[in-house]
Amino acid sequence: MRNKISSIHSTAVPLDKEHIDTDQIIPARFLKATSREGFGENLFRDWRYTHDDEARPKVDFILNQPAFGGKILVAGKNFGCGSSREHAAWALKDYGFDAVVSSFFADIFKNNALNNFLLPVQISDDFLRSLLDTVLLHPDTEISIDLENQQISNTLTGASESFVIDAYKKTCLLNGYDDIDYLLSIRDDIERFEKR
Amino acid sequence: MPTTIFDKIWDRHIVREIEHGPSVFYIDRHLIHEVTTPQAFDGLRKRGLPVFRPDQTIATADHNVPTLDQHLPIKEALSRLQVEKLTENCREFGIELYGLGHPFQGIVHVIGPELGITQPGMTIVCGDSHTSTHGAFGAIAFGIGTSEVEMVLATQCLLQNKPKQMRINVHGALGKGVTAKDIILHIIARISASGATGYFVEYAGSTIRSLSMEARMTICNMSIEMGARGGLIAPDETTFSYLKGREFAPAGAEWEQALSEWRQLRTDDDAVFDREISIPAADIQPMVTYGTNPGMGVPVTGAIPREEFMDEKERLSFHKALEYMGLQAGAAIRGQKVDYVFIGSCTNSRIEDLRQVAAFVKGKQKAEGVEVWVVPGSRQVEQQARAEGLHHIFEQAGFQLRQPGCSACLGMNEDKIPAGKYCISTSNRNFEGRQGQGARTLLASPLTAAAAAVTGVVTDVREMLN
Ligand code: SF4
Repeated sequence: MRNKISSIHSTAVPLDKEHIDTDQIIPARFLKATSREGFGENLFRDWRYTHDDEARPKVDFILNQPAFGGKILVAGKNFGCGSSREHAAWALKDYGFDAVVSSFFADIFKNNALNNFLLPVQISDDFLRSLLDTVLLHPDTEISIDLENQQISNTLTGASESFVIDAYKKTCLLNGYDDIDYLLSIRDDIERFEKR
Repeated sequence: MPTTIFDKIWDRHIVREIEHGPSVFYIDRHLIHEVTTPQAFDGLRKRGLPVFRPDQTIATADHNVPTLDQHLPIKEALSRLQVEKLTENCREFGIELYGLGHPFQGIVHVIGPELGITQPGMTIVCGDSHTSTHGAFGAIAFGIGTSEVEMVLATQCLLQNKPKQMRINVHGALGKGVTAKDIILHIIARISASGATGYFVEYAGSTIRSLSMEARMTICNMSIEMGARGGLIAPDETTFSYLKGREFAPAGAEWEQALSEWRQLRTDDDAVFDREISIPAADIQPMVTYGTNPGMGVPVTGAIPREEFMDEKERLSFHKALEYMGLQAGAAIRGQKVDYVFIGSCTNSRIEDLRQVAAFVKGKQKAEGVEVWVVPGSRQVEQQARAEGLHHIFEQAGFQLRQPGCSACLGMNEDKIPAGKYCISTSNRNFEGRQGQGARTLLASPLTAAAAAVTGVVTDVREMLN
């Protein structure tokens, strides 16, 4: 999944719930695939559909509401907690999200997202609340995320906030580098370290 | 400068630092299983790379495997394919595999310690969040994603930022019927399911020191459930005597050498933590969760909270959780009916857990209509349980002793809890649907689970102990 990210400008899906764990993002029974593709189909499966026996869409779930869409998911605090399954990041990306905005991310999820060019944007609780409220009220609100300048703005209200990202990771995302390329390039160092 | 045990291990594993970025962090042991690795091996193939250090990589099949008739081919096609893929990948890349039928097979976090692969001072990773379990030996151990699995396979390294550090001190004697599982559920209920995000935790204090290795593993296992990157406990004589003589533990002169190094692994007296918490063991009671994250736990004699003291956001999540669980705010948790009892998972499926359950149920019977599964963490645990005759006790009580695997902890195999049913479980996660679509999980200790198996309802096990 080679990719690059610089800026994202899109409407958003507001998922107003805290502690969304990776079992909700992609339930374990869908982890049997041996490739990275196709997980989007089962993203938030048990919130989107009724029991597998009938699998009807649940109309009140946000992804099933035609008014909401876009490349940005805005979700409550502590997003991505629980299992280390990278399938969660693959599912979000495969579904069409390029960024997840929350006021807190679980560590492993954050790394997994970054490794898949899915941008985790961590903002304050207050800014998150106002974003969720605006988007819920006005589904066509566009959100703009500028990675270079580390700024996220709500184009409807004009409010914006800066976000933090590790300088190394930012360079990787902007240039489409991944960690393995870097680690491979320093293999001699690693071998020297082992002999110490 | 005084340092913590975490600092000491961390510093010894830094290959180099990146300016304004993470450190290149060396990994001593890489544990792999069938679910989070196929894409990583594909990545290696695409890049034309070998596994850099196959002899530091150990594989097992656990997440997906059936717990009945393991000698037969796996019935479910996709599960079978995933296990076959692991077998092929291990063969192609020269990795030791403890697959189905192998005497060392079992849940990855049970077999590492049991085989002496997990040792003090090591760095250990696995594509599974409960890798934190291995921290019980005084190791830095944490879960990683599949891209990171690929990195470790390719280079034996990861890029890591040093986490903040927290120490949780538990001191004093535990009450009757209170176990390691209750300690960790109590801690998580107190600091919440995200209370330790960004931290690495050291557990210390007289209570922790007095625990067996199995009990320490139960505690470190659930560090991730409060968001921590991992948790560890400084090694001591308990650790050393557990490890001595195990399959892959050092022996002879090497053992003496290792011991003298391991004895250095402790936090200096005046080391400073970013956060420190102190918990009197006397405050801890048998715990049960009522909600859909592991922080939603109460003492078994307590009641599900009321909404009065919650802010609006909390109230919403709380509401949704209770609705999913079919429980009432303010109601007592004791007396809640259970349909299934699951004794297993990398949190509580070791021989000590099985012994404790067997000792408790000896001469008792499971309640009518309750289904009880005892799933050992590994083949060795299963063999040991049989050698001690525990299977007879389980049989007489109406408990099913199954074969090793993750089983109903995450319901990837056939061991699923049906929608709407209540399962009291010794596993680590009560998330919606974790044990099966619509399943309702109550997390508890093996003792509390066994008591519920006998009475058919959530019970204060202390009343049944003499
Ligand atoms: S028993 Fe459960 S928590 Fe442990 S490794 Fe297996 S699935 Fe993960």
